[in-house]
Amino acid sequence: MIEGIDLGVGLLSLAIWLPIAAGVLILATGGDDKSADGQRTLALLGSVLGFLVTLPLWTGFDAATSAMQFVEVADWVPMFNIHYRLGVDGISMPFILLNSFTTVLVVLAAWVVIKERTGQYMAAFLIQSGLLNGVFASLDGILFYVFFEAMLIPLYLIIGMWGGPNRVYAAIKFFLYTLLGSLLMLVSLLYLYFQSGGSFEILIWHRVPLTMFAQTLLFIAFFFAFAVKVPMWPVHTWLPDAHVEAPTGGSVVLAAITLKVGAYGFLRFILPIVPDASHEYAYIIVTLSLIAVVYIGLVALVQSDMKKLIAYSSIAHMGFVTLGFFLFNPLGMEGGLIQMISHGFISAAMFLCVGVMYDRVHSRQIADYGGVANTMPRFAAFFMLFAMANAGLPATSGFVGEFMVILGAVQVNFWWAALAATTLIFGASYTLWMYKRVVFGPIGNEHVAKMKDIDSREFVVLGLLAICVLGMGLYPLPFTEVMHTSVDNLLAHVAHSKLAY
Amino acid sequence: MTFALPDLNPVLPEIFVLGMTCAILLIDALFKDRDLTYPLTLFTLVFAAAITVFTSVPQVQFTFGGQFVDDAMADVLKLMGYFATLAVVVYSRPYLVERGLYKVEFFALALFALLGMMVMISANHFLTLYIGLELLSLSLYALVALQRDSAQATEAAMKYFVLGALASGFLLYGMSLLYGITGTLELSVMAQLLQAGGQDQMVLAFGLVFLVAGLGFKLGVAPFHMWVPDIYQGAPSAVTLFIGSAPKLAAFAFTMRLLVDGLHPAVEYWQGMLAVMAVLSLAIGNLAAIMQTNIKRMLAYSTISHMGFLLLGIMSGTFAGYTAGMFYVIAYVLMSLGSFGLVVYLSRNGLEAENIDDFRGLNSRNPWLAALMAILMFSMAGLPPFVGFYAKLAILQSLVGAGFVWLAVVAVMFSLIGAFYYLRVVKVLYFDAPKPDAPVYPAIPDVQALLSINGLAVLMLGIMPQPLITLCTYAMQMTLQ
Repeated sequence: MIEGIDLGVGLLSLAIWLPIAAGVLILATGGDDKSADGQRTLALLGSVLGFLVTLPLWTGFDAATSAMQFVEVADWVPMFNIHYRLGVDGISMPFILLNSFTTVLVVLAAWVVIKERTGQYMAAFLIQSGLLNGVFASLDGILFYVFFEAMLIPLYLIIGMWGGPNRVYAAIKFFLYTLLGSLLMLVSLLYLYFQSGGSFEILIWHRVPLTMFAQTLLFIAFFFAFAVKVPMWPVHTWLPDAHVEAPTGGSVVLAAITLKVGAYGFLRFILPIVPDASHEYAYIIVTLSLIAVVYIGLVALVQSDMKKLIAYSSIAHMGFVTLGFFLFNPLGMEGGLIQMISHGFISAAMFLCVGVMYDRVHSRQIADYGGVANTMPRFAAFFMLFAMANAGLPATSGFVGEFMVILGAVQVNFWWAALAATTLIFGASYTLWMYKRVVFGPIGNEHVAKMKDIDSREFVVLGLLAICVLGMGLYPLPFTEVMHTSVDNLLAHVAHSKLAY
Repeated sequence: MTFALPDLNPVLPEIFVLGMTCAILLIDALFKDRDLTYPLTLFTLVFAAAITVFTSVPQVQFTFGGQFVDDAMADVLKLMGYFATLAVVVYSRPYLVERGLYKVEFFALALFALLGMMVMISANHFLTLYIGLELLSLSLYALVALQRDSAQATEAAMKYFVLGALASGFLLYGMSLLYGITGTLELSVMAQLLQAGGQDQMVLAFGLVFLVAGLGFKLGVAPFHMWVPDIYQGAPSAVTLFIGSAPKLAAFAFTMRLLVDGLHPAVEYWQGMLAVMAVLSLAIGNLAAIMQTNIKRMLAYSTISHMGFLLLGIMSGTFAGYTAGMFYVIAYVLMSLGSFGLVVYLSRNGLEAENIDDFRGLNSRNPWLAALMAILMFSMAGLPPFVGFYAKLAILQSLVGAGFVWLAVVAVMFSLIGAFYYLRVVKVLYFDAPKPDAPVYPAIPDVQALLSINGLAVLMLGIMPQPLITLCTYAMQMTLQ
């Protein structure tokens, strides 16, 4: 499937290494805050350039083929047959853009808010961004693993250094939880290496026949690695802690991108490598997803902390994604992918909105607010839009994915669809109820009275996200078009048994 | 009867180190000038490295009637040994000066210990092996007791000596049993005899048990690990730095020579023993390290777990496993040098940076040193993109390749537990605020430069591991051909 070795620096390499280089450059300018202004500018420059180099991935993408595109291959560790092998298809490409775009927002959102060790903060996010691009672009198992693990390091530091009061606990919990999953995956990767006759190439693994026993074990190991990242019920408990304690930027990246890595792993590893086990155990995933949708939706309802509420709502929304994937029909899978991108925009926007309020009042408790609309009308309008999108209102991006997944579920089992559809009620209840208590009513206290409306920087950040949310809600065709061929190909692949006896 | 001089070419580095060490002792006694001793030590190490490189031949060379062997594995390990000793000498100088330990004894003993390691690395005979081991051990006992008026150090030295002597006894008893059934002390001959078979299997297994127990003591793996934390903690940090790094190379070579060169036909006996020791070490090392507040003690437990991982590679009994083991030990020595080096470097102005708490908020005092420490900790935890990841990957790969998937799963699960205490150090470095009276550290240029090279090597070898892997594979191929 992959031919030709490109010796020049490709677009994907740029997308990975440009932000990392910018991050290292910022670190090299020194650790003190005297040069913070320069470091901010450098970070913005790096993130914008990083986003610009990913744009040709979209414009130059050939939606008619499911083959890997923008492929780069180079020797890395020939002794173990590990290659530096990059490439994207319709499934992975949108996430590289989403990630690079989010990084720009994160840099902007932190512009004046982060006053301590600004350089290290910006550098951590840029390096993180490059590593995440690497995760989505890797076609070599070990290369994937390296990026997959390495991205924990900046996020660990981000949560622990700039987070809330309980940040140390949250950072370590986050790290160990996700490491638990990935270490089992490492053993699976090595097992597949020997099963495939000494190759770490993911696309070759897609064609390796495996016994049902091996498939089951691999399924369990991969499932652990990715379910923790998604996160699926019941291994989700790290997420609310991490979200609550992380600084705004950390929450945004966590929700918008790193959760997607888990879901992406399902599509790149679990479904194509162990299709028979995937069919066999699909009911487990569907059950867990439905529990996430219903139960976690109810949990979100009773939260008194806004960030925690959004964190739980993320888990519920990601339940839709995994549900969609294991319906094994195009509607469900594309719906899941659309939901992933849409959730990237909406959760980023929701966390940024909470961040905007937190910067002013330094509280995340719903009870500490009330009547924000009176002092921050422009902000309230934006917040309204994003809250509606989070509740899945038609014409916002939140609706498209959920609707597609529900339609896909109806084709398989009516009751699954019915249960999944309850999210439209729960989602609306917890989001809008929170919105009502925070934004409407009389001014709650003197802190709220002193709140200033958003400035132009915040307006730009929220405005960009509003355009994305509305644009994708009104006209999702470009997104589905890009992924359509790859999804069909994946489904065709999964439909064939690769059982070995 | 004619007397033929043995081929001295393969032993030139040893002869040179021995000669120079004696010369350094004499010169110091004559001139009483430490400023001469230090550069002479460095010169000895660099020149010995040059000799090793230039006398190196691809073939395996035997000399002294088969008692001494020089092969590619020996050359690579010796080179690493010179580097480790050099780094130890450079890192410790300010520490020793401040504590009045900057005497010729430190340098001479370190060089003698190095000589002992070199002999061990090149031994092809039980007696050579034993002489090298004792030279190394006796030098180390004396080094631990270098700080004469420190009760803690003296206690550590006594403990080390008694347990070390016990281990030597085990080892000798095992050797004598093996001599009894094969009638030879030469390792390569013993391998041939055992291959031919016909020995009493009971005695063979019995002898092996003693041999492996002695080996376990010297490697510091569970259940023979008790001395490690006490000695690491009790010895002066500069000596801990030395004990924790270079001798591991010799211990690896020791295991390879004994079990793989000499006793490979008995692989099914020692494989099981090593597996048990490895798993126990991983468990005890990682679990006990969690509870430590003293960083030297924590790193001691982490050493136990690393040696357990190393044993897993050798235990797999395959070429890939031995190569992985060699890669692991070299990577480990690099990481250990860096982390203990930082402990020594930060122990200044009368402060011993021994407690994990002493590292609090290092990032806001000295971001570069904090970054180096973080790199080393992440690498020890086995995270990419640092060299510790490839070391673990290579071992795991050899395990899965040899069919020990469950052992690989056990190993990664203990790595997960291990990650916790490394993360805690990073937490202290980055998340905590510095103590109000925490000192700032003006850079000592030569030490800081070497420390930076050391830390960056851990990162660069993690991003580009191929050269080191190629080197290890080549060395193993040439040695085991």
